[in-house]
Amino acid sequence: MTRTVKAGEAGYQLYEVFLRGKRGLNHVHVGSLHAADAQMALHHARDLYTRRNEGVSIWVVKAADITASSPQEKDPFFAPSGDKVYRHPTFYDIPDDVPHM
Amino acid sequence: MTRQAHQDRLRDDALAAQFDDTIAHEQRIEPRDWMPDGYRSTMIRQIAQHAHSEIIGMQPEGSWITRAPSLRRKAILLAKVQDEAGHGMYLYSAAETLGAERGDLTERLITGRQKYSSIFNYPTLTYADVGVIGWLVDGAAICNQVPLCRSSYGPYARAMIRICKEESFHQRQGYELLMTMMRGTTAQRDMVQDATNRFWWPSLMMFGPPDDASPNTAQSMAWGIKRHTNDELRQRFVDMTVPQAEKLGVTLPDPDLRWNEERGHYAFGAIDWDEFTAVVKGDGPCNAQRISARRKAHDDGAWVREAAVVHARKARLEAESTSGAAGEAGP
Repeated sequence: MTRTVKAGEAGYQLYEVFLRGKRGLNHVHVGSLHAADAQMALHHARDLYTRRNEGVSIWVVKAADITASSPQEKDPFFAPSGDKVYRHPTFYDIPDDVPHM
Repeated sequence: MTRQAHQDRLRDDALAAQFDDTIAHEQRIEPRDWMPDGYRSTMIRQIAQHAHSEIIGMQPEGSWITRAPSLRRKAILLAKVQDEAGHGMYLYSAAETLGAERGDLTERLITGRQKYSSIFNYPTLTYADVGVIGWLVDGAAICNQVPLCRSSYGPYARAMIRICKEESFHQRQGYELLMTMMRGTTAQRDMVQDATNRFWWPSLMMFGPPDDASPNTAQSMAWGIKRHTNDELRQRFVDMTVPQAEKLGVTLPDPDLRWNEERGHYAFGAIDWDEFTAVVKGDGPCNAQRISARRKAHDDGAWVREAAVVHARKARLEAESTSGAAGEAGP
């Protein structure tokens, strides 16, 4: 992720917002916003993404601080897991009459 | 062709094939995927226009907040207008994933280089307009937007899902407001009818030009950006709305509106496309007012944005100097 905010809104930065919908769930990415600092990003995230009790916890992260895999390298990058079918339970033939398996 | 150019060409062809394959399999295009330039620019234009519509859309109803007839209606209207701001922000955020700059999009809006929905260039004359906008304008928006939840561009589709959930409140509060007014005095019922008369045709125009005058529709549908044609969505809206009007007890201002048994749809009269073109081009009743209010808000807010940046910098410097001092005092 190399998205930044250009001049025109000088000093504002792009933050990605993650919400925990309720206790027991992971934080999930919901979108982004502009803010001058992290505190302001948190307040804006509350106003923008939790107007109807959508969250019990918010993370904000500067978009510039996120390192992401590149979709162009998708195949080689994820190849190591592609050919290991034996990692899945369905790889193993077990007779139907074996219980609880 | 040089060897390098040839290799570039092969790579581009492979990327294009991958893009087409993703679309063909109904999978979503995500921000960092390769995409044709035309797809990117169409997407940015559509999302930006949509974002601008939400932002400008705050104005027609916003002007009634201070004159709401009760605290209940005021709280509802405030929440609704705040939602419109939120919808604009979700959409600007989606446009930015394509490389657009938010500040630049705002600039394009206030200099008239990008459009917004023509419906917001009509004035709101009475409080019944708040109800009719919720019922018809938001109803038409829902018709347009529900299929966009399956749009091929991931961030746009996800923003639309969020928006559609909230639009349902907008439409229902409007219809409930109108039902309340229809149970009131003759003057109140007349206000509802008058607002319906004024907003019916502009609501039908919200779906855009007829299919035979909409040259971009075919490409947008091939790319999965659009799921239905303008005329299909317009028909769906009319079919949904006629029974709602009957239940409400208002007359839709179209003498040609009648059920067509053979087609299984309501037939409706001719839309005045000259009016639509004029309003889109800037000659609607409120175009200048809407843009100047947006520009004023942007200019008047400049000092707040500047102050926030200075405050953030100062807070950061203070935090750094405090932690630096603590470090020196350490063991």
